[in-house]
Amino acid sequence: MTRIAVVDYGAGNLVSIDQALRDAGAEVVVARRPAELAGAAGLVVPGVGAAGPAMARLARRALVDPIRAWARDDRPFLGICLGMQLLFEASDEDGAASLGVLAGRTELLREAPRLPHIGWNAVRRTREHPLFAGIVADAPFYFVHSFAPRPTGPAAEAVTLATTEHGETFVSAVARGALAGVQFHPERSAADGLRLLANFVALAAAHVVPAAAVAPQARRGAA
Amino acid sequence: MLAVRVVPCLDVANGRVVKGTRFVDLVDEGDPPQLAERYAREGADEIVFLDITAAPEGRGTLLDIVERTARRAFVPLTVGGGVRSVLEMRDVLRAGADKVSLNTAAVAGPDLVRRCARRFGSQAVVVAIDARRRPADRGATQETPAWEVVVKGGREDTGLDAVAWAERVVALGAGELLVTSIDRDGTQAGYDTALLRAIADRVRVPVVASGGAAGPADFIAAVREGGASAVLAASIFHRRQHSIAAIKAAMAAAGIPVRAVPEVAA
Repeated sequence: MTRIAVVDYGAGNLVSIDQALRDAGAEVVVARRPAELAGAAGLVVPGVGAAGPAMARLARRALVDPIRAWARDDRPFLGICLGMQLLFEASDEDGAASLGVLAGRTELLREAPRLPHIGWNAVRRTREHPLFAGIVADAPFYFVHSFAPRPTGPAAEAVTLATTEHGETFVSAVARGALAGVQFHPERSAADGLRLLANFVALAAAHVVPAAAVAPQARRGAA
Repeated sequence: MLAVRVVPCLDVANGRVVKGTRFVDLVDEGDPPQLAERYAREGADEIVFLDITAAPEGRGTLLDIVERTARRAFVPLTVGGGVRSVLEMRDVLRAGADKVSLNTAAVAGPDLVRRCARRFGSQAVVVAIDARRRPADRGATQETPAWEVVVKGGREDTGLDAVAWAERVVALGAGELLVTSIDRDGTQAGYDTALLRAIADRVRVPVVASGGAAGPADFIAAVREGGASAVLAASIFHRRQHSIAAIKAAMAAAGIPVRAVPEVAA
């Protein structure tokens, strides 16, 4: 069974993502300490809210460096909502620095007719990716956010995987190598969301994990 | 384009779904997680639980219901009823809710809205506003209506103007407003679209219409005339007077963007 670590840094609801990954066939470890990441084939960083408090809570649990290393080592990684935003350099929400794995900043959706952007909206892929295998073009997913990351630099176009319209066009999914981030909530997006998470579990299962990273006694957490 | 959400509301009392005219004539309508799962399957865009007993001794039951629902229905869940503190909100979110709706406690101490928004983000904080039309002898007329915020299921007036209260809680950090017309709730006389419009025009956050839905025309009016971003109903879904698919089909035919019901879309 493919083990997926879900990072718990006190940022709200983990029940849905835990259950959705289990339904997708994964063994889920809710990780509150760096040691609990050992042995996982994939890492999921969920979360809602602001970047500053989230980074502070990750730091208190000594999880910043392990997460950054995981992403930089190109191991299977899925950031959801705030977890996607944290991949970038900083957030305008509170000026906080984030993980800095991808170039760009998280910015307010200034042109949005209403904020927060809450509800189901079309996710338009700009290229194909196995994360979206079996999901029809422009399928709607559930969003609940006011900020979104804007990739910058020479790789901006290459990392963009999908965009969504809400008064303006924003980047709703990114991917680079084994790393992916989605601004929407697959764990709240019914059948298509479950499909996306199952695709991530399959990608993680197929990824070759360095033997040294597999610890025999990683603790299993409860949701 | 962002779809207008169709949201079934489950009033929960002592662990069961009930529906009457708020606190009177409660009729048992089923097991909350089971009903929520059915609605998710039938195309609900979100589900709202309102714990209308909200007695402290009932908290454990509510959290258990929230968790069982979150594990069975993969659509967003908003939970309201009796949340009085940041810690209580944390417990409800941990159990599997995405948003928490504050009502009486926000009226009693508006700073709760600010503290909850700062801790969990505005997107997780819904303020439920129960409003009643002011009678003519208190400065309101048919042409220039005004509404007063009421609490405890409409049994207690607060003296607050509903539109001013809406602006205030949004300034404090509310990310969404659930606006219920107490005059219309349970009557199937249609949403109070003037109330919805008065509030939607004054705030930037989404407004959820509630109270009075009887048929597809009411949902369309809530969006077109009321400016609502989401439409909520209870009894017409529980009693299967209209399916979510039928409501959405009528809204789509009227040119309102909706998320296709999965089975229908296939």
